Amino acid sequence: MIQVARKVKNFGAFYQRALGFHHDSVRDEPAPYPGVKTEFTKEMRFILPEEVPTIPIYRVLNSQGKVINPDHDPGFEKEDLVEMYKVMVKTSIMDRILYQSQRQGRISFYMTNFGEEATQIGSARALKFKDVVFPQYREAGVFLWRGYTPLECMHQCFGTSKDFGKGKQMPVHYTGAKVNIQAVSSPLGTQIPQAAGYAYALKQRDRDACAVCYFGEGAASEGDCHSAMNMAATLDCPIMFFCRNNGYAISTATKDQYRGDGIASRGIGYGIPAIRFDGNDLFAVYNATKAARKLCVEEQRPVVLEAMTYRVGHHSTSDDSTAYRSVDEVKHWDTVDTPINRIRNYLTGRAWWDETQEKEFRSNARGEILRGFKEAENTKLPNPLLAT
Amino acid sequence: MLCRKLLGRCALRKGEVTLQNVRTAAHFTYLPQTPNPALGDTTKLNMFQSINNAMDIAMEKDSSAVLFGEDVAFGGVFRCSLGLQDKYGSARVFNTPLTEQGIIGFGIGVAAAGTTAIAEIQFADYIFPGFDQLVNEAAKYRYRSGNEYNCGGLTVRAPWGAVGHGALYHSQSPEAFFAHCPGLKVVIPRGPTQAKGLLLSCIRDQNPCIFFEPKILYRIAAEEVPVTDYTIPLSQAEVLREGSDVTMIGWGTVVHVLLEVAQMAHDELGVSCEVIDLQTIMPYDSETIEKSVKKTGKAMVVHEAPLTQGFGAELAARLQEECFLHLEAPIQRVTGWDTPFPYIYEPFYLPDKWRCFDTVKKLVDYM
Repeated sequence: MIQVARKVKNFGAFYQRALGFHHDSVRDEPAPYPGVKTEFTKEMRFILPEEVPTIPIYRVLNSQGKVINPDHDPGFEKEDLVEMYKVMVKTSIMDRILYQSQRQGRISFYMTNFGEEATQIGSARALKFKDVVFPQYREAGVFLWRGYTPLECMHQCFGTSKDFGKGKQMPVHYTGAKVNIQAVSSPLGTQIPQAAGYAYALKQRDRDACAVCYFGEGAASEGDCHSAMNMAATLDCPIMFFCRNNGYAISTATKDQYRGDGIASRGIGYGIPAIRFDGNDLFAVYNATKAARKLCVEEQRPVVLEAMTYRVGHHSTSDDSTAYRSVDEVKHWDTVDTPINRIRNYLTGRAWWDETQEKEFRSNARGEILRGFKEAENTKLPNPLLAT
Repeated sequence: MLCRKLLGRCALRKGEVTLQNVRTAAHFTYLPQTPNPALGDTTKLNMFQSINNAMDIAMEKDSSAVLFGEDVAFGGVFRCSLGLQDKYGSARVFNTPLTEQGIIGFGIGVAAAGTTAIAEIQFADYIFPGFDQLVNEAAKYRYRSGNEYNCGGLTVRAPWGAVGHGALYHSQSPEAFFAHCPGLKVVIPRGPTQAKGLLLSCIRDQNPCIFFEPKILYRIAAEEVPVTDYTIPLSQAEVLREGSDVTMIGWGTVVHVLLEVAQMAHDELGVSCEVIDLQTIMPYDSETIEKSVKKTGKAMVVHEAPLTQGFGAELAARLQEECFLHLEAPIQRVTGWDTPFPYIYEPFYLPDKWRCFDTVKKLVDYM
């Protein structure tokens, strides 16, 4: 079916020429140094990053949700795709309600996932339940896909006695033993080497499982990320480094976050296979994650995945992004090109969904979440004197 | 004249004082301890061998246990992991790239997966890149997840303390930084027997533990060590010498200085000193030290780490809270100075037996 692009014949020589080395100047003789396996050259040439081709973005759907890469249509059954669509929508409805509730002073803090629903649900769908997930904090859709309920999210946001984390952390710092997702923690990037270690331990007992670590392009600047990739490569850890490149780390745009070709290019530097894909394209996210998982598990090696997307919401309820980006820019990604719209267009195009079902589903989802909200808001807080 | 006198203080051998034997002479004498007969057969081991033995036993009994860090595969820069990769294979004993933050983060992940992780940091002086992972992650892993998750299977080991020529970056004693973090255990042995028993306890303790190994003792501390699998309980101090006049509290290398000073105080001043090895810095055995200070009324805490905010500050605060009405003198701290650890001035930096002896006199003469 879908073939992962494999070895190009003489890719080495081809790439060296792509880097600008003249054909005759390489293939002098192999160099004996222990540090690298390569040949000598008579040419003194600096490799300029701006002359190296960038990694293109794999996609299946266009921004309207039309399949433009038909060979790569994953061929979901109707129920399957509708289910994925519903979880994407439910995530965004929960986000809207909980964001508002913070504005009303009912919870102290919240972070939304707007615009990144496909990165979350598309990737989660391609994993097995036994694949441990190490989240950052913008992966609520992964939690919901695996069966964490909005009510359970809300217990955590209120810090009630029913919070699995027992009221220890700020809102959205979910802990998900029930769904094989490790606890969210505020320090950025710390989960990345932990995921590599977990993957290493997993490998000793299950050759059909991997660790999946989510992080943003900002967290990818942390030393922990570089350390983790290097360790995962040298120790052959079955870990998928899933980067949500959403354009901003709070107010810091990518131009101030890195100068190289995003995060996927770094994988190559560490000796890790890498792929970049359209994070707003549910099909591309699913295909890439599924293929990456296969590579990861069959060859017991890490993979870097870079999902290009856009953070529609503010960084959090403590942020007002109009201070650093234009309303028009946000509007484009909130209305014109959204992962939810693309799938709705696809579904309605196949007569698998319609306006009535849309209204009904949204209304039911809203009702469910509002009822849960009321329940969580009225649940007692944990008693510090109790042992549990 | 003064110079000779100062140099003379540093050498154990009186008489011929040369620069060479000043630099290579330790500032203490290691007296091998007598093994506990209840633990059966013994063999003579130095401290790196006893640590090696502890890890060997741990890895034999716990088939999941893994040991990793920089250069551990060939045996480690201090030979603590000698032979372990041959015995347990490279999947269980392996080198990592040069990244302490990665080593500790990786170790947390291994432990979170339920596998026993022994992470080696090459020198305690280099543990700081991993400070975030230790303080923000390891220490809080169980707490923040409401006990859904934990990394209790993690033990971080690092060579620690003065070695005679280590200077700023091969001599540090950073226990105070970690003692300040709820959720971490910090343990420091005084010799091979304690190293084996305490390390086995740390490895098996279901909390992240930091095990600091006094590097100066790796080779010169040797004694008959029980061959069996034994543990020494954490959070229990040990009274090594009973006394009635002065309580001396220390850990690691300095314990041997204190034992010598206690003998000097007995011989030259007729003063009876009680010497306590704290062993576990955090959580520490407050009961034993309080009991001692209530008995003697005079206390001194000795550590190589700098004075201000050193762990002696915590002990002094606790002891004055609990033993105030029993005190006959302010609690003394004999410590490294508030500067980076020097190279050529190491003999002046350390809390050596002369400074400790002076402090005993100060305590006894106070009232």
